[in-house]
Order: sequence, then C-alpha cells, then structure tokens
Amino acid sequence: MSLFRTILFVAALAGIGTGLVGSAVHIFTTVPLILQAETFEGSGEAEAPAPAEAATHEHAPGTAEHSHDADEWGPADGFERNAYTVLAMVLTGFGFGLLLVAASELAGGLTGWRQGVIWGLAGFAVFTLAPGLGLPPELPAMPAADLAARQVWWVGTAAATAAGLALIAFGRTPVLAILGVALIVAPQIIGAPQPASHESPIPESLHHSFVVATIVASFVFWSLLGGLAGWLRPRLATPGT
Amino acid sequence: MPTQNSHSAAASHESIASRTIQITFAALLGVFVLGGVGFSHISAVHNATHDVRHATAFPCH
Repeated sequence: MSLFRTILFVAALAGIGTGLVGSAVHIFTTVPLILQAETFEGSGEAEAPAPAEAATHEHAPGTAEHSHDADEWGPADGFERNAYTVLAMVLTGFGFGLLLVAASELAGGLTGWRQGVIWGLAGFAVFTLAPGLGLPPELPAMPAADLAARQVWWVGTAAATAAGLALIAFGRTPVLAILGVALIVAPQIIGAPQPASHESPIPESLHHSFVVATIVASFVFWSLLGGLAGWLRPRLATPGT
Repeated sequence: MPTQNSHSAAASHESIASRTIQITFAALLGVFVLGGVGFSHISAVHNATHDVRHATAFPCH
C-alpha cells in the first residue's frame, strides 16, 4: 500500500500546514464578520429594518431550524470556539488534500510546488468558484433554501466542474474539451436551490465584505495546499510509486 | 501537465489496478473527512465546525 501511504502523508502534512495558516487567516478576517452577523440573529433582530419579518423569512419550508438554541451543545465563544475552528480547518485541509493528491496521482503525481499550485488553483475553481456562483458564501441569519437540496447541488456542481476541467486538461480531442466546458456550465444552468425571498436583516455591505474575505481566504488556502502538496510529494514518495 | 509521462516507467512496479484501488481509497477517505466537517447534520458537529462551514462556503444551516 505504498502509494496510499504516500497520498496519506502528503495530504496530512499539507493539510496540517494549510489548516493552521488558513484558520489563522479566518480567525482574523471572516470569523469577526460571522460574529457580527450573529448579532442579527435572535435578540439582535431589534436592529433589523423589519424585525417582525426577519423572524419568519429565515428559512424555506422544510428547512431545519437553526442550531444555536441554548439547549444544544456548542463550543463557548472565544478560545474554545476558535480551537474547534482550527481543528475543523486542519481536517478540511486534510480532506481536500486527499482529493487533490489522489486526483494528481491519476495524472502521474505532483513533481514540484509550482505544479502543485496549479492543481490548487483547479481545486479553488472546483470547490470555491463553481459552487459559489450559485450559492455565494452566506452569513448566519441570511435566508437560504433547504439544506439537503443545497448540499446536493453543491456536491454535484463540484463533481461536474472537476470532471469538466479534467476533460479540458487531459482530453485528447477538442470534442472532449467542448464536453468539459458543457459539464462546467450545466450545473449553473440548472441553478442552485434559492430561498423564496432574499430579504435579509444582514446589511449588504457586511455580506459583500464576507464574500470577498471568504473567496480570498479560500484562494490562499488552495494555493498553499497545492504548493505544499507539490513540494512534499517528491520528498515523501517511496521509489517505485 | 508536463509530467504526465514521467512516472509511467515507475508505475510499472505496481499494477494499474493496484494504483487505482489505492487512489480510490485515498479519495474516499477525503470524501469521508469532508463529509464529517462540512456536511454533517449532527447538531454538535455542526456547532463545532460552524465558523469553518460559513468561512469556506460549505452549505450551512
């Protein structure tokens, strides 16, 4: 199982490094915006322009209630909450690292950091840009369609975009490249599940700042993850894999 | 990608089938980890990973 072990170690080390840097970026950029948005949930709705409506339009029919109720477990704000963010970010780096390194092994394996960064840019397109077109990064208290439906669209869009990019990059004929373009466009034509109304107590400027911060942080995350994986892979691969 | 053929000689050490299985298992492990962090409907898991789910634009709530 030497190839599996190589992928595992490359993804784990790249994921730990990227997760630590990425969570630091998030804790200083996106998390403060999330905390600010949470003041518009529950009691904070008094500040909203239409407080009575804000309470009712948050969820489309069938959507699970928010999980911020006091009787459910959640990390305490401050250190504990940020510690879980670091842990979750490292796991996210490990998970995406496994997908990135596994996909690159199908094409022969990463040979250096620069090639890794290019694979990272592909990951950024597949997992941030494509799903983000239909489902822009959202803040707490923003209206959204049914969670399961959005998750299905998100996964389907990422898969179709990955397959499309692979056809463009590795397809042997122009027809395959055209098919790749069609695969990338198709989920956007189908369209992501949208809420009945986009009316939200969140100020537009706050949401805009959050979208920019999220996408830039994700770009840094993917560049670093790919670069680290590309740098580590030739150093960790056992001869013969 | 310029490296497409650079490992083809080395790859002969392991059969194509063995490589494919190992790559598939690695990718499945990645899907499993991401499913836990970004897509779990379990409330406690959701609350622990809440900020990351929002900040990395996984569908949340």
